[in-house]
Amino acid sequence: MNQRTPVRLPLALWAGVTALLLVAPTLVVIPLSFTERRSFSFPIEGWSLQWYERFFTDPRWYGALGTSIAVAIGAALVATVAGTLAAIALDRARLRYGWLIRALLLLPVVVPQIVAAVAIFGTYLGWGISGTPLGLLLAHIVLAIPFVVIPVSTALQSFDPTLERAAAVLGAGGWGRFWQVQLPLISPGVITGFVFAFVTSLDEVVIAYFLQTPTLRSLPVQMYSSVTVETDPTIAVASSLMLVFSTIVILLPRFFAARRRRLLKAKETP
Amino acid sequence: MSKTNQSPGAPAATLQQTGRSVRLSGLSKHYGDFAAVDGIDMDIRAGELLTLLGASGSGKTTTLSMIAGFTTPTEGTVLIDGEEITRVPPHKRNLGMVFQHYSLFPHMNVRTNVEFPLKQRGVPKAERRRRAMEALEVVELAHRAQARVTELSGGQQQRIALARALVFSPSVLLMDEPFGALDRALREKMQMEVRRIHRELGVTVVFVTHDQQEALTLSDRIAVFERGRIEQVGTPEDLYERPASLHVATFLGESNLLPGTVDGGVFVTRSGSRLSAGSAENGPATLVVRPEHVRVQPATGTGAGIAATVGEVVYLGADKRLVAVTADGEITARIAAAEGYRPGDDVRLGWEPGAAAVFPG
Repeated sequence: MNQRTPVRLPLALWAGVTALLLVAPTLVVIPLSFTERRSFSFPIEGWSLQWYERFFTDPRWYGALGTSIAVAIGAALVATVAGTLAAIALDRARLRYGWLIRALLLLPVVVPQIVAAVAIFGTYLGWGISGTPLGLLLAHIVLAIPFVVIPVSTALQSFDPTLERAAAVLGAGGWGRFWQVQLPLISPGVITGFVFAFVTSLDEVVIAYFLQTPTLRSLPVQMYSSVTVETDPTIAVASSLMLVFSTIVILLPRFFAARRRRLLKAKETP
Repeated sequence: MSKTNQSPGAPAATLQQTGRSVRLSGLSKHYGDFAAVDGIDMDIRAGELLTLLGASGSGKTTTLSMIAGFTTPTEGTVLIDGEEITRVPPHKRNLGMVFQHYSLFPHMNVRTNVEFPLKQRGVPKAERRRRAMEALEVVELAHRAQARVTELSGGQQQRIALARALVFSPSVLLMDEPFGALDRALREKMQMEVRRIHRELGVTVVFVTHDQQEALTLSDRIAVFERGRIEQVGTPEDLYERPASLHVATFLGESNLLPGTVDGGVFVTRSGSRLSAGSAENGPATLVVRPEHVRVQPATGTGAGIAATVGEVVYLGADKRLVAVTADGEITARIAAAEGYRPGDDVRLGWEPGAAAVFPG
């Protein structure tokens, strides 16, 4: 409504400055990854791609990146499906102990990660899946589920249940109602959940550290280990890559939403 | 809206059909100790427009919900054309339904909303599109087929919902207070639209409303609900002229109520006026008479009746509304516009013995 009011420009400036303050410290890693010297010193005197070369030729580094991305995608997919279904069940079933189930599902957010890590490590030793990709994947799924349940539950609250009745009486069975009516309408919450789940897994270091083996290391664990042994700017390369991947995953849904809006607009105007 | 008077017979032709009958038999719905619907029996004839009329909480909406299949009856059965569907899930009942708040799918455009029921029935894409456009022509909104539903006005949205409910030629169309959210002028226009569509397509319509005027305007027959039971079923004329209970008499149209007692065929008002009570039984009773049946005469006239003083006269164009003050309270009469009564005139009120009804209580 006040898109054209003069408040807009100062407001945008203010938002821009705030955003910069929040993001700037993180962005430092990008120039650092291109430095010529073997240190984190500023200002950067010469530019070089040597650390990128090192990253992509050393299997410890690129292997860790592959592990991280594979686990993050897997964990985000499973957590999104499981979390969405859980949120729907909690929303519609009006279970007697629904609040308890919801609290249990959200527990991974409040339990200190180090405690969770020790518990998971202990359990996995018994199960014999410590140090396996499956173990890491399962741990990250549990960790990511709350980040799906929360936005999907919020989306469900604004979903009008008479739409489901309308779909039913017009001939849609359970699957049809879910795929054609409910899921499209809660999809913003589901996509948000996926993004958060992905980033949570990508970023997670404590549990992954406990579950690591020389052959199974996620990128954060590799970074953490490398800092304790040697400090060279390869770690800045790793940070930059993580930054890029998280940013892409966060921006993709916005990009698609904007594109869809443009397409819809174009369709309407004859 | 230059084409409001045209009768779009051609596009409606493929939607035309034979409506089916609905039978409710001993239908009840209990929530704990509370009986929302308490053992109702009703036959809805094929092709008729029947209104379930009642205040909120009277059981009309629960009844509709049991016909639709959203609510499982505690007891009793629902039959469509003699076939029992009491426990058939809603998506297998082949009913059309229009909801109070339109309930269009906001992520689909107008045409895909109307195509939705056809898609569920596996109708091929091209035919789906053709039939959706025909249904949109029936509600005169074909030119908005590509619009997003959120861009439309309330009246337009409800017409889309109507097209969506009719496009698959359902056996019965259910309407749950469909015009409650619309303003008065639009509501009247939509009522005429429903009458026209009902007449043209021949579909059986079950219409829920709490608005007695709407029920009188639309219905072939009306079922009056009160506390989970049906008080009376009949044509609007039946219910208006021959109400079966005090509740029906007061719920439909304007009525004058006179409290008193019946004693040997005579109704005695509290102030002592004696009037004909017909065949009513002795005991406390209420006499009901419609304003248009009340006759007003100068006080000099002789004969039975109630003495009154004119309190207020309102000119309504075609006639006048006269409020007379009696010893038993105010009585309203509709009189000819030419009558010259003024506030303060002494008058005598009367009516034909058959025009008043006496109910116990």
